[in-house]
Amino acid sequence: MKIHEYQAKELLRKYDLPILRSVVAYSAEEAGKLTWDLFESQGASVIALKAQIHAGGRGKGIIYKIDTNEPVIFEEKQLHGVTIIKNGQLADKAYRISKEILGNKLVTLQTGSEGKVVNRILIEEGCNISREFYVGIVLDRQLGKNTIMASTQGGMEIEKVAEETPELILKEIIDPKIGFQDYQARRLAFGLGLKDRAFKNFVEFIHKLVLAYDELDCSLLEINPLVLTSDNSFVLLDAKITFDDNALFRHPDYLSLRDISEEDPLEVEASKYDLNYIKLDGNVGCMVNGAGLAMATMDMIKLSGGSPANFLDVGGGANVERISNAFRIMMSDPNVRAVLINIFGGIVRCDKVANGIVEALKTVQVNLPVIVRLDGTNAEEGKQILLNSGLQFEVASDLKEAAELVTKVLSNN
Amino acid sequence: MSILVDKKTKLIVQGITGSEGTYHTSQMIEYGTQVVAGVTPGKGGTMFGGKGEIKFDYEIPVYNTVKEAVEATGANASVIFVPPVAAADAILEAIDAKIPLIVCITEGIPVRDMIKVKAALENSSSRLIGPNCPGIITPGETKIGIMPGYIHKKGKVGVVSRSGTLTYEAVNQLSELKIGQSTCIGVGGDPIIGTQFIDVLELFNSDNKTEAIVMIGEIGGNAEEMAAEYIKKNVKKPVIGFIAGRTAPPGRRMGHAGAIISGGKGTAEEKIAAMKDAGIIVVDSPADIGITVKKVLDGISIKKKIAAKRKSKIAAK
Repeated sequence: MKIHEYQAKELLRKYDLPILRSVVAYSAEEAGKLTWDLFESQGASVIALKAQIHAGGRGKGIIYKIDTNEPVIFEEKQLHGVTIIKNGQLADKAYRISKEILGNKLVTLQTGSEGKVVNRILIEEGCNISREFYVGIVLDRQLGKNTIMASTQGGMEIEKVAEETPELILKEIIDPKIGFQDYQARRLAFGLGLKDRAFKNFVEFIHKLVLAYDELDCSLLEINPLVLTSDNSFVLLDAKITFDDNALFRHPDYLSLRDISEEDPLEVEASKYDLNYIKLDGNVGCMVNGAGLAMATMDMIKLSGGSPANFLDVGGGANVERISNAFRIMMSDPNVRAVLINIFGGIVRCDKVANGIVEALKTVQVNLPVIVRLDGTNAEEGKQILLNSGLQFEVASDLKEAAELVTKVLSNN
Repeated sequence: MSILVDKKTKLIVQGITGSEGTYHTSQMIEYGTQVVAGVTPGKGGTMFGGKGEIKFDYEIPVYNTVKEAVEATGANASVIFVPPVAAADAILEAIDAKIPLIVCITEGIPVRDMIKVKAALENSSSRLIGPNCPGIITPGETKIGIMPGYIHKKGKVGVVSRSGTLTYEAVNQLSELKIGQSTCIGVGGDPIIGTQFIDVLELFNSDNKTEAIVMIGEIGGNAEEMAAEYIKKNVKKPVIGFIAGRTAPPGRRMGHAGAIISGGKGTAEEKIAAMKDAGIIVVDSPADIGITVKKVLDGISIKKKIAAKRKSKIAAK
């Protein structure tokens, strides 16, 4: 589960980590008023406006108009995901710029060309920057241990650094038996070339960050950039947190952090029924039990000349209600030209699945070819239910036949 | 022959009185697995014979702790059907009781908990399969897990996979072509798992009754690349491979730092290239796994026949 920068910063503040004074606004009016109340009237001279979306690369990203897809121009310049305002009249500018950003979309390297709509803006006080670093904590799957990465190449895309100058990324592996140690913190600080007060401050910072990563059940925690100011203190200028979805039961408070406007509406709908659905841009809808078989089915659709419209895993406990909801969601994608249902009955019984499909087709109008492949437990009973339903199906008995039917119906279209 | 489990394996079920535990215990008993005890804290000292519509063929003693169950029954394997909240604790208890083989079926264990489990497994006397896996089966002998037993057939092909239903699919294709399996293992789809592809390959490689190996991988991580490297160096038996997820969208990444640690590895193309380089026969379509294994095995038997003919000719001379 991903959260916004301002939410990540709120959580990290509780660990006494150095974060600049900031506030989030949902409208231009609010942005103007908050900027006046909290910053301009208090004598602040610089603020940053940061568009809040669940993707990185915002600084270089460009704001586009939602209706015309043209770049937004403000005082003869393109607007980016992050705007620095200085030289007076902060509140007025914050109001006018927010008006251009909110409701429009931000396109960055990570959002894809369709971009993401900006609904929230973070207003943050300015700071002087002497150096910028990268610090990230993530699981090393192979070792089964958490790993800290740090680099002097702060503010840059870390993938690029890893590719071009991997020697500039320092790593420390956390041994779960003894925890993160002082000497490891020192080794990172030395590696980053820090001295004196900056050295001490970094060691303190990294210990707190490791504690936060652990207690918050993160699967990724990135500070990029981590800023060293001219008085040798550190500031977490940006913060990115991804939670471990499996650990959400330990943090019921995270529910309120979810921003469903960041998710695909069909995926949100699917999550209500505990269905694992990801929308793609192909033309063949598919519904499968099990993630591995679902991916394999998508691959097979591609080999058969089609392109998968979605990933949809109905899981192990597929009952009539689940199947019919899954079917309805899959069919609400207007790009779907044909449907392939591939169920391998193990714990799931094929007759139950067949009943679900028949039930779903009673409520959802379907004018497309539907290919059903049922195999495994009670497959014969399932096939009979489909054939006796009076509805139009193409029934396949194995994966090979299903693939051939996909090719056939697509060439008929 | 088989690896890790056979008809002599004595199994305990952790979480036997829960609905999943009860249902799958009945299925395992039906298959012929020796289920010798169950563990449910607080229900120790009772006998359990199923509930609701599910009735076991025999009653099973339930213990409060794994240690008691092992001492009383001499069990050498455990299968875990405990909900995610308590599953890591259940694995740790089984490690503490020195159970040689622990199979954890539970899906959704937090990574933080699995980091502890992984650390506890180091230098322990236990091997863990899973979590989030279908389990392990030696056809005709024992089934420890949730896979449909009847699709399997006793034979000489070892199957190792990261997924559940896709494994059933592959096994079913094999059995339909009358190709049996020595042992089938689903290692699980979570970021942290106990037994990796490499561990299973090593076991299949030294099992003299396993003649060929089927390896089914997925995108993400670098287990397949490491397995390919191991196969290139050590495995002489034919390996047939498939990677699921070639059409999965690259934009759906799990966060950038993960990609850095695995050194940019994780795409299907990279995995397939590494596997081909190691001499693995990689199948393009999941529908062709069975038929490809058949071709490979037929090739071996033809070679054997030719070799045998030559031998008899030489002997005749």
